[in-house]
Amino acid sequence: MEKEHSKELLPHLFRQEHAKMIAVLCSHFGLKHIELAEDFVSDTFLKASELWAIEGIPENPTAWLYTVAKNKTRDYFKHLSVFESKITHEFSSREITYFKEIEIDNTTITDSQLAMIFAVCNPINSKESQICLALQILCGFSVEEISNAFLVPKETIKKRLFRARKNLRNDHFKITQLDERSILERYDTVLKTLYLLFNEGYYSKSGNQLIRKELCLEALRLALLLNQNTLTDSLQLNALIALMCFQSSRLEARTDQFGDSILYENQNRALWDQSLIDKGNYFLVNACGTKDSNQVTKYHLEAGIAYWHTSNDEHKWQHILHFYNQLLVIEYSPMAALNRTFALAKVHSCKKAIKEASKLGLENNSYFHALCGYLYAEEDIAQAINNYTKAIEHSNSESEKKTLKREVGRLMTR
Amino acid sequence: MKEFALIFRISNMEDFKPSPEQMQERMNWLGSIAAQNKLADKGNTLLPMAGSAKTVKPDNVVTDGPFTEIKEFISGYVVVKAETIEEAVSMAKENPIFKIGGNIEVREVLKRD
Repeated sequence: MEKEHSKELLPHLFRQEHAKMIAVLCSHFGLKHIELAEDFVSDTFLKASELWAIEGIPENPTAWLYTVAKNKTRDYFKHLSVFESKITHEFSSREITYFKEIEIDNTTITDSQLAMIFAVCNPINSKESQICLALQILCGFSVEEISNAFLVPKETIKKRLFRARKNLRNDHFKITQLDERSILERYDTVLKTLYLLFNEGYYSKSGNQLIRKELCLEALRLALLLNQNTLTDSLQLNALIALMCFQSSRLEARTDQFGDSILYENQNRALWDQSLIDKGNYFLVNACGTKDSNQVTKYHLEAGIAYWHTSNDEHKWQHILHFYNQLLVIEYSPMAALNRTFALAKVHSCKKAIKEASKLGLENNSYFHALCGYLYAEEDIAQAINNYTKAIEHSNSESEKKTLKREVGRLMTR
Repeated sequence: MKEFALIFRISNMEDFKPSPEQMQERMNWLGSIAAQNKLADKGNTLLPMAGSAKTVKPDNVVTDGPFTEIKEFISGYVVVKAETIEEAVSMAKENPIFKIGGNIEVREVLKRD
């Protein structure tokens, strides 16, 4: 291969393999030494970037990386054991960590990654630090990339990671192999983390669009990994994957060439990705159990809502309203309350929806005012503009403000 | 925030099994309360059919079906959160049960420890 390729190939490989390699090494010597694993992997990539620039890229770059990381690990432990047996041994009879040969094949890599997902998803961590940790350890994102994705200062991200990593090290979670008990214990947290990871990429309107899209794809990748193992597969996981596929199908249609968001109603449907919609349908069917084990979780309902959004059926809004009703009964969220009101307007009338909106108690939410702006647009332009203006005042996102201002402009010239 | 049980009563056995439209109306009502984050407990339906309902009275008297001394029977309940009983009453007023001649009893919940 040619030398100049190494500059492009390395960052790509880095993302893909960095997280996997750390998982493999950690499954070997435990989470207590995760920093050690990270050092070995970083060293390996450093060596690759130096060597490949001079000698060109090896035949099989991935295998090369694993071999080097493996050797680094072995050398370290050899050194340690020589040190321990020759010097320390005389002072104490501490247990010596001997290095076992690491077997690297696809099964080991997949299993280590799965185990790492469960190790990282600890219910102790706050929502924010949980996502940061998952991005760093499971997806190989740098602190800088995470801070770009969330538009949060690097120092804040570092603090979040510091706390979360402390929990990770002190946790008694065994990463060596996944057993049913530890899966059961953390399953909900794992799904929740993937769900949050996806939403972070999909909904937040701040930060780098490209990285946000990658968050969505990473969440999907990890979910599919769980799907491939019978121990970690479940009906609700299939529902979650269906949800991610349906939502992702609109990723290209949601923003214009300037990165501004396009509202669902104005999207060019030709840009919706039919193959992802098909995949969504496949997983949604798999999410439905038999008559005896038919559970409806919030992921099922959200997948159902996302499904109807991809449809052109004349009754689709009735179905969407129905699912939002059920969703809210299971778990309240301001976003679901607002979306339900929007669906109500579609099924009944804006007038009825305005009455319902007034009961929501969400006056501090920018989306609430944007919704009211939309609902008033046909009836009372002054009220609509008034509401959109409030929405602009409440919004923290520049791109959202832009979209809202465009609506105000449109109403003013009517 | 207090909690209030809304107890539904109807008098006609035929009305117990709702049509899909009635079902949707009820769900919309429940969704509306949930959207205000004021649903404390989605409650349950209480089956009135023979085999699912019996009334036990003094002196070992057991009759089939629900308690219907007042020609009505309880069909279910939900629990809502509200600042005052008036607020809970205004939520009850929106329920579609009145279209079929039913009624709702609103009762503040006093939690036992």
